Amino acid sequence: MNYSMIAYILGWVTGLQGVLMIPSVIAGLIFREPAVWSLAGTAALCLVLGAPVLFKKPKEQVMYAREGFVIVGLSWLVLSVLGCLPFVFAGAIPSFIDALFETVSGFTTTGASILENVEAMPKCLLFWRSFTHWIGGMGVLVFLLTILPMAGGTHMNLMKAESPGPSVEKLLPRVSETAKILYLMYLGLTIVEIILLLLGHLPLFDALCLSFGTAGTGGFGVRNDSVASYGSYAQWVITIFMLLFGVNFSIYFLLLHKRVKQALSSEELHGYAIIVGAAILFIFLQLVLSGTGGKHPLLEASFQVASIITTTGYSTVDFNQWPAFSRTILVTLMLVGACAGSTGGGFKVSRALLFFKSIRRQLFFFLHPTGVRRVTLDGHAMDRQTMRAVTSFAASYMAILIASVLLVSLEGYSETTNLTAVIACFNNIGPGLDLVGPAANFHFFNPFTKLVLIFDMLAGRLEIFPLLLLFYPRTWRRH
Amino acid sequence: MKIIIVGCGKVGRALADLLSAEQHDITLVDTNASKLRRITEDIDVMGIVGNGADIDTLTEADAQNADILIAMTGSDETNLLVCLMAGKVGHCQTIARVRNPMYSREIDFIKAQLGISMVINPEYAAAQEAARVLRFPAAEKIDTFAHGKIQLFKITIREGMPLDGLEMRHLSSACHCDVLLCAVERGDTVTIPGGSFVLHKGDVISVVASEQNMIQFFANLGLPTKPVSNVLIAGGGRLGYYLTQNLLASKIPVTVIEERQERCDELAELLPGAVIVNGDATDRKLLHSEGLLRAGAFVTLMSLDEENIFLSLYSRMVSKAKNVTKINHITYDDVVYGMDLDSTLQPKFMTADYILQYVRAQQSSGHNIETLYRLLDNRVEAIEFSVNAPSAATDIPLAELSTRDNLLICCIMRDDQVIIPRGSDRIQVGDSIVVVTLAKGLQDVTDILAPVK
Repeated sequence: MNYSMIAYILGWVTGLQGVLMIPSVIAGLIFREPAVWSLAGTAALCLVLGAPVLFKKPKEQVMYAREGFVIVGLSWLVLSVLGCLPFVFAGAIPSFIDALFETVSGFTTTGASILENVEAMPKCLLFWRSFTHWIGGMGVLVFLLTILPMAGGTHMNLMKAESPGPSVEKLLPRVSETAKILYLMYLGLTIVEIILLLLGHLPLFDALCLSFGTAGTGGFGVRNDSVASYGSYAQWVITIFMLLFGVNFSIYFLLLHKRVKQALSSEELHGYAIIVGAAILFIFLQLVLSGTGGKHPLLEASFQVASIITTTGYSTVDFNQWPAFSRTILVTLMLVGACAGSTGGGFKVSRALLFFKSIRRQLFFFLHPTGVRRVTLDGHAMDRQTMRAVTSFAASYMAILIASVLLVSLEGYSETTNLTAVIACFNNIGPGLDLVGPAANFHFFNPFTKLVLIFDMLAGRLEIFPLLLLFYPRTWRRH
Repeated sequence: MKIIIVGCGKVGRALADLLSAEQHDITLVDTNASKLRRITEDIDVMGIVGNGADIDTLTEADAQNADILIAMTGSDETNLLVCLMAGKVGHCQTIARVRNPMYSREIDFIKAQLGISMVINPEYAAAQEAARVLRFPAAEKIDTFAHGKIQLFKITIREGMPLDGLEMRHLSSACHCDVLLCAVERGDTVTIPGGSFVLHKGDVISVVASEQNMIQFFANLGLPTKPVSNVLIAGGGRLGYYLTQNLLASKIPVTVIEERQERCDELAELLPGAVIVNGDATDRKLLHSEGLLRAGAFVTLMSLDEENIFLSLYSRMVSKAKNVTKINHITYDDVVYGMDLDSTLQPKFMTADYILQYVRAQQSSGHNIETLYRLLDNRVEAIEFSVNAPSAATDIPLAELSTRDNLLICCIMRDDQVIIPRGSDRIQVGDSIVVVTLAKGLQDVTDILAPVK
């Protein structure tokens, strides 16, 4: 294990966190809030903690997959702990566990909140809360790769460990160029959304925070009713952008390079479109037929579907009051999640596709015991390693889900509450059903349950293994 | 530059490593997914799984916008086809590896018809290099510049040579000829020596000279100046064939030992002047009966590096023959360098050198680089530049020119005349110059100057 390299990168991550707090400090100065000192103080602390390492570039820069996973796992722990300090220092969230829950929820783009009254928070802290979504969406190490010059190709392991999806590929020959183009596309889409929201006469502060939440598929709002009180124009804009940020970014890369045909022939995109379309259609029909919908049933159905499948977690209505079928559709969408290579969480559409294809292949093998058949995606045969990773991911996913529900149920709330709270955190969505429905929050859980959910959020964002490896003794063994 | 490499075998991989380190954007294409994955985990390059001759694969590798495509698959025909297809998809320069002697005879025709910029035949090039050291067996390695007029050769200083204990400034007077010692390898360090540097036994020195001066140098040191008397070659593959052909043309008798009967028949037909022996070259009795003890040189060109190394070490023990050993696979270069093997041949590195030279030349606007060699375990580069236009480096006495640290202007080639430069000489337009440097990545004549601070 290359400990000096791990320390070096962690130093950079810490310092970077300090720099990333600067926009929130500026927001605090503009609003003239006393809470700005908690942000500025934490930023300074991060810079001081990170600085010493920067001057000691390790001689041995090789990082194997093991270092990649460990760095990513530790970085997210460090980010979460340091990122929650402003809330504690300012006294806005006095309990450390609560502040940690809120920050992890931010970085992992979950959007589950323990705040009972969002509007009472200082605005600069709300800004920081939403900004954590934006940082966590594309990933802080991916960002680091755009600025940190490194030799060789071993730092690809960092990107692989942090980016979601069954197989992370480069878009350009160099890791740093790939990371740059990803962030440029991310930034570009975010700016377009901000402009469109401003055109809908939203205040700049709301437009920024909502866009950060959409881009990272996070879901922290700045009002108590999430997005319900904004006009239908803003809701449509957010619906569309949530869906856009749930798409694999390599599709945008292909579109940028005018490879439209290749982009539109992506099987994952087709699957995503079909799932979204069908879900909206069924919920819309049920809302209209049962008369439970409001003034704009189509918008209500589309917004909630987009919000849930992309794992954002904004809401415009309390879907806890919807008929059972519609609610169940939403829970199913929670489990599927967005596309691989997007900022969304969940199981990922492409993994689900591969999973179903391998079930079909298994059926084929029952009929032809010695037959040969390969699972393909976009015309490419998947190698055994990828397939093995998909099945082991599914198994670990189920194991963590079941274990978490068991631990959470110790508190004695209803099965729906426990199950959907875990699903909503593990898949980085935010709201669940029943007591953790869109109109409620996670305040009432005890600290132990919150710790379990914090673990679930991190495990969900990092796709389980980087976090699990930290608890695997062999990782830390010298030989 | 954007470079696509099709085929990631030994050479493809070595090239990807080298070119990526020189800040080029590399895309590797290969049909073997697991091999690609292994490489992309080590080197910062992109891998595309597919057949390089397939238009879709080339499009995916973005051949439309590539600058150079290098076809390095195991098959000549595939390489040619890949280059042809790349010409259809984009406008990149294409480099193909073509090894079959049958094609090499018509290579100019093929190049013109298929629009290929450069064809590489590693075995042919390696055979040329081997033939050079067999003609001047005193040297362990000879590279040439200016179409063979300038020689850069490497020898090890052994006990009792007049060079042992000599101070650099007395070199010319001690060996009575015009040579320039440009690099010294001692243990793990490589230096470009100054005047006060003292040579020791065990040092490996690289020297630049014209051919006459090189012969003079060997003669004054009491080293052999005549070609080897006869050559015994173990392994009759393509490299063996090219080498035998070359040596026979210089009237040096050759015996080739080859294990495969059909190949022996082919060789006997193609090389009527050589003695072809069918047998296992690792058989001690056979080697002795074919005259290893009396051979002027013993060249091991079999496919297993370990056998080559082992046979050469054996020959060092029992005979005085000059040894040339082919090493192609082994990545433990440091171990190989530590052994007393005399001359080694590394076709993998030679191919990479040719391509590096081409790529660097493409990068500079004036296409200044004529020849490039990487010496001494890749730590030193020797580059020949042609001086096409006046620049900051021309028409200034060398003594007043502020060049980079660890860079030496070894030689100026002017109107077919080789000048070993002194402080008062100047670089002029129309010259070719040879520099030896520890700095990597020089592309243009002006790069020899110290960077302005």
